[in-house]
Amino acid sequence: MFENLTEKFQRVYKNLRGEGKLTEEHINLAMGEIRTALLEADVNVKVAQDFIERVRAKALGSEVMTSLSPSQQVVKTVHDEMIALLGGQAVKLRFKSQPPSVILMAGLQGSGKTTTSAKLAYWLSRNGHRPQLVSVDVYRPAAREQLKIMAQNAGMPIFEGPPGENSPYELARLARREAIMSGRDTVIVDTAGRLHIDQQLMEEMKKLREQLEPTEILFVADAMIGQDAVNSAAEFHAKLGLTGIILTKMDGDARGGAAISIRQVTGQPLKFIGLGEKFDAFEMFHPDRVAGRILGMGDVLSLVEKAEQAMDAKKARELEKRMFAADFSLEDFREQLKQVRKMGPMDQVLGMLPQVGPLQGLSKAKVDERELTKTEAIISSMTVKERNNHQIINGSRRKRIAVGSGTSVQEVNRLLKQYVQAKRMMKTFSSGFMGRKLAKMKLEEMFQGQPQ
Amino acid sequence: MPIQSLFGPPPPPSLFDRFKKAVTSTRDTLAAKLEEATRGKIEVDQALLDQLEVTLLAADLGITTTTELLKAVKTRASSTTAQAGDTSTQVRDILKDELLGILTRSGSGAPANPTAEPPVVLMLVGVNGVGKTTTIGKLAHQLKGNGKEVLLCAADTFRAAANEQLEVWAQRSHTEMIRQKPGADPSAVLYDALAAAKSRGVDYVIVDTAGRLHNKSNLMAELEKMKRTAGRLIPGAPHEVLLILDATTGQNGVLQAREFLQAAGVTGIVLTKLDGTAKGGVAVAIARELNLPIRYVGIGEQRDDLVPFNPKLYVDSLFE
Ligand SMILES: Nc1nc2c(ncn2[C@@H]2O[C@H](COP(=O)(O)OP(=O)(O)OP(=O)(O)O)[C@@H](O)[C@H]2O)c(=O)[nH]1
Ligand SMILES: Nc1nc2c(ncn2[C@@H]2O[C@H](COP(=O)(O)OP(=O)(O)OP(=O)(O)O)[C@@H](O)[C@H]2O)c(=O)[nH]1
Ligand SMILES: [Mg+2]
Ligand SMILES: [Mg+2]
Repeated sequence: MFENLTEKFQRVYKNLRGEGKLTEEHINLAMGEIRTALLEADVNVKVAQDFIERVRAKALGSEVMTSLSPSQQVVKTVHDEMIALLGGQAVKLRFKSQPPSVILMAGLQGSGKTTTSAKLAYWLSRNGHRPQLVSVDVYRPAAREQLKIMAQNAGMPIFEGPPGENSPYELARLARREAIMSGRDTVIVDTAGRLHIDQQLMEEMKKLREQLEPTEILFVADAMIGQDAVNSAAEFHAKLGLTGIILTKMDGDARGGAAISIRQVTGQPLKFIGLGEKFDAFEMFHPDRVAGRILGMGDVLSLVEKAEQAMDAKKARELEKRMFAADFSLEDFREQLKQVRKMGPMDQVLGMLPQVGPLQGLSKAKVDERELTKTEAIISSMTVKERNNHQIINGSRRKRIAVGSGTSVQEVNRLLKQYVQAKRMMKTFSSGFMGRKLAKMKLEEMFQGQPQ
Repeated sequence: MPIQSLFGPPPPPSLFDRFKKAVTSTRDTLAAKLEEATRGKIEVDQALLDQLEVTLLAADLGITTTTELLKAVKTRASSTTAQAGDTSTQVRDILKDELLGILTRSGSGAPANPTAEPPVVLMLVGVNGVGKTTTIGKLAHQLKGNGKEVLLCAADTFRAAANEQLEVWAQRSHTEMIRQKPGADPSAVLYDALAAAKSRGVDYVIVDTAGRLHNKSNLMAELEKMKRTAGRLIPGAPHEVLLILDATTGQNGVLQAREFLQAAGVTGIVLTKLDGTAKGGVAVAIARELNLPIRYVGIGEQRDDLVPFNPKLYVDSLFE
């Protein structure tokens, strides 16, 4: 099994930890490990080499800060360098002062342009814009139908064009006109997937750019892409002048080294990431968070932000208070489970948790949504009394609960055991090195980390 | 009936040319770099190995496979009597031989499942956007061209316009298609299709499935269920489960193959989008690690753009 980048860096970290002094040898060892990790993460081999050299130079030349151990310092250097490479800060989209602004989506076949177009429209509409969609993919079977359905699902307006209209230029022109007439401030243009070496289709894209004068030309790239990312991205950039990158399918387990490669060869910022097939599985790209995630610090900020969005703030605060009180009950747990599930698919939520501390590795356990449903069912089959005092749940009550929830006594036993463990865990957290908010997240991870 | 035999006699020259053309970019880069790396060298020194490493890594072969290959090059080169001034060719031959060894061992390109009674059920699986639906269209077109009766099963009930997309391919390949409403249980569509296939006496059923990331256990479990459904209706079905792999995919491809193999019992790989500049080297890594054969190669978006994978042609075109 490949180690993921996170684990790899942790190992580097561990190897380095405890060393009193940072020698050149240590740095070389770390760099070797990091190179392998970067390559396994699909960072382009040349880009990885550059990166290593820069980090090495910095690590060797830097003064040892008193606040950090030498090993921490190497990790910090790598982390800082990666953030720098990824672009430092989140970058906003640009708009014309005179609407409508046009956003042109570009990329290889199947990278996620159509899905991302709908997501972007939805995202913009939630951020004070009035977007309109149009597909100029006149080639792929049912491409326009696909965008239409996705637009409908997301409740976004789409310009379909007159029946039989099969010119991308004409469709784009009419869509723009329509946007002006209906007071839309942004037109998102979904284009056909194309190879960067397809002269004819690249020429088409160039013409579309000239015609539409887009404020953004976004390169939509699959997070699973390998070494060739540098070739396609560089060529798209050379031909079109990209203004940003969107990395899709980040809900998978690809390590996403492509982010580094593409960023490096285009110099353009990563702007969003796609996290699923639904229109709301979409987030702004935060270099610090992604670098943090790569390096094993977890995507804590994203998670907390999401949690805050999904949870009823007041309820959450109450829950949190109770959770750290000694009387955190199964009823509280059920409520919490509900709230967490609102944040999105559990595997996605867990993927954003940090990979350090006593819980590292837990999030790797497969999360089964059906297990969660079962857990909820089991607790629902308990009486209020039982939920508030689990100690009264004896053998016959367990049997009844199992029957009531359509599960088995073993499953009920398991849940109770997990509950007791969680209670214990929370004590550790509240005496805390990671803060309460994070501790709260940890709880879900623990529960879901052991479905077996 | 052997899947491969459906495509009749060995590929005609034009097919060879098209295959070659598709992998030319791969060959040119690899061969050129190799040439450059080995020119004037007499020994396989560290600098040469380093350069070869970069070359193989850049083709997405991955660090493990690359390291193995280089180890073999080193050992074999040192035990082979050096032909003066010809290190480049020696190294190339060794690499070629090793690569071919991996592909041959995995049975790439070889026929499979030779004894299945019709209807033969093919199921296509893979992560999102790799080319499953398109490959089905191409396969159906080829099978039809060989006089087979083919039924398509639209078991991607999830993605927007998946039915409509496959419908277009059904028309293009002059095949019939079984579908249900979006959101239906994929196994129910499959059930319908297999029942129809039996009563109509078709030769082939090709099943489209929704793209799914291999780390989503509920979606992977859905595939297992579909497999069971197929097996209940038609013993031995699905006879082939093809994993569609996008040639641009990096090392994540290995994880994909592993998970799909486990959940869906993948029997072979189709490497799509080889008409781009990506080399698809991860397929070699997969063949090596999981012993999965590469069966076909996708070289474009049209219905004729699918050719049988031939290890020898593939490797030859890399090194000739
Ligand atoms: N899991 C996951 N799937 C995604 C994501 N974005 C897109 N997809 C899926 O990827 C597949 C391809 O997406 P499309 O939006 O059709 O890609 P495209 O670039 O428009 O494809 P072409 O138009 O054929 O070039 C679909 O199955 C989408 O549902 C994502 O962020 N996560
Ligand atoms: N250049 C090239 N494009 C291909 C090839 N095979 C498929 N495509 C394109 O890749 C894109 C995705 O293909 P689909 O067949 O929709 O992929 P899929 O796996 O069914 O996608 P989902 O069902 O959304 O997961 C389409 O634009 C296809 O035209 C190929 O061999 N070469
Ligand atoms: Mg599209
Ligand atoms: Mg499909």
